[in-house]
Amino acid sequence: MSGIFSASAWLKVWTYRATFLHGLATTVQTAILAILLAMVIGIVLGLFATGHNPVLKAISRVYVEFVQNTPVMLQLCFLYYALAFSGHSIGIIRTGIVSLGIYHGAYMAEVIRAGIEAIPKGQFEAAQSQGFGYFGEMYYIILPQSIKIILPPMVNQVVNLIKNTSCLYIIGGTDLISLTYSFVTGATTGGAYGPAYLVSGVLFFVICFPLSKLASTWESRLKQRDQRVVVAGRGSTGAPQN
Amino acid sequence: MSNLKASLSMLQNTAILQYLMRGVVFTLIISVIAVGFGILIGSVLALVRNYCNSGRTRIFRIIATVYIEVFRNTPLLLWIFICLVFCPTPFFLNRKMFGLNSAADVKLLFKGAVALILFTSSVIAEIVRGGLNSVAQGQFEAGYSQGFNTVQVMIYIILPQAYRNIIPTLLSQVITTIKDSSYLANVAVIELMARTKQIMSSANRYNGTGVINVSDVFVLFGFACVIYFAINFTLSCVVRHMQKRMKEGAKRPADVVAAR
Repeated sequence: MSGIFSASAWLKVWTYRATFLHGLATTVQTAILAILLAMVIGIVLGLFATGHNPVLKAISRVYVEFVQNTPVMLQLCFLYYALAFSGHSIGIIRTGIVSLGIYHGAYMAEVIRAGIEAIPKGQFEAAQSQGFGYFGEMYYIILPQSIKIILPPMVNQVVNLIKNTSCLYIIGGTDLISLTYSFVTGATTGGAYGPAYLVSGVLFFVICFPLSKLASTWESRLKQRDQRVVVAGRGSTGAPQN
Repeated sequence: MSNLKASLSMLQNTAILQYLMRGVVFTLIISVIAVGFGILIGSVLALVRNYCNSGRTRIFRIIATVYIEVFRNTPLLLWIFICLVFCPTPFFLNRKMFGLNSAADVKLLFKGAVALILFTSSVIAEIVRGGLNSVAQGQFEAGYSQGFNTVQVMIYIILPQAYRNIIPTLLSQVITTIKDSSYLANVAVIELMARTKQIMSSANRYNGTGVINVSDVFVLFGFACVIYFAINFTLSCVVRHMQKRMKEGAKRPADVVAAR
């Protein structure tokens, strides 16, 4: 198994541990900034999609459809080469942040749209009847209710984004996967395939697993509570319990 | 402007077009194969994870759970790299096939496809599990009361309903897999993404101006975008149509009750 049990291969990985830590730092940094960008895009486009302005609605729809139906690798390469050949290169990491933000922003927008659309129409009407403006209505009435519907799929998107930082490899990034690959194929460091892939897989797993576990427990707890409310509402005795 | 004309002339070159279109075919075939095998492996994993609860079969449940969680929480590219090193290729693939340039490419195609299948099957396992959980518990009891054993209940009663419920989700998984197959561009020049990038990197030889211009980027990657978009958008329209019809179908019994 290419040295998964060989002490010297593990020693090699240990000697070059700084490489892995550097890659991990780049991945985490890229992911965090990309998540922030994706959130901003997602919130803006999600509100566009649920608003009343048909032009903004159309913009949001076209953006989401276009971005969701093309691969992130292609978008990344497009952005990187277009910037590079027009002489405006902004660096590999920044290109990665922008393109991951654009890609996952579309998914965030869909998540937020679904969350807002799940709120009963009466809530919007009630807010308007109380004289709330658009932002007051969203901030005080709608978003507090939809946040619990939005959060689990949003965390799933964060996990996907962290995994997708690996596409930086194609433009020569220094994220965890790229550095792992250059480590195992390097002239002086090469060969320790098993241990190196294991280490980088474990690092990804340690970050992503708690997040996706959190999302799934959150989601199932929400579903259980909804069912309880429905059952309690249907029963002839007892008030709805939460 | 002349640069743009030069770039567009690349798309009129039949050799380049044919080369890219073969990439499209590879993308589609790889994705369909990955989802096909994914459904097979994923169904087994989902059944094991959901129903192997009793003492001795517990170990299989743990294996399935670990498999699903590990693959869902690590990037596809890592598995492509791992398969590149550790996946053995059968001897009959050790020659030029499928119109690829070398035997090495055929091997890479096989290894990449294996990685994609392994990765996709973990996702599909969770989809199938969702479908299984959506089947009402009473269906099991009804099946047992008719004298079916567990396997028969599964095959004749539960699985058909579960699969019918998840057809749209599986179809949107095809879209995801088509997009994911572009990750193979990192290791081999087989599918659309890699072929586009390869032509891009030697565009100066094809566009007649001797240098790579920014218009080449827009023409070539734009062309690939249009192809991916056309395929995936068509599929997602189909998915939406099916979901709408299923929703209406689910509504109908309730309407009947309300009408009474």
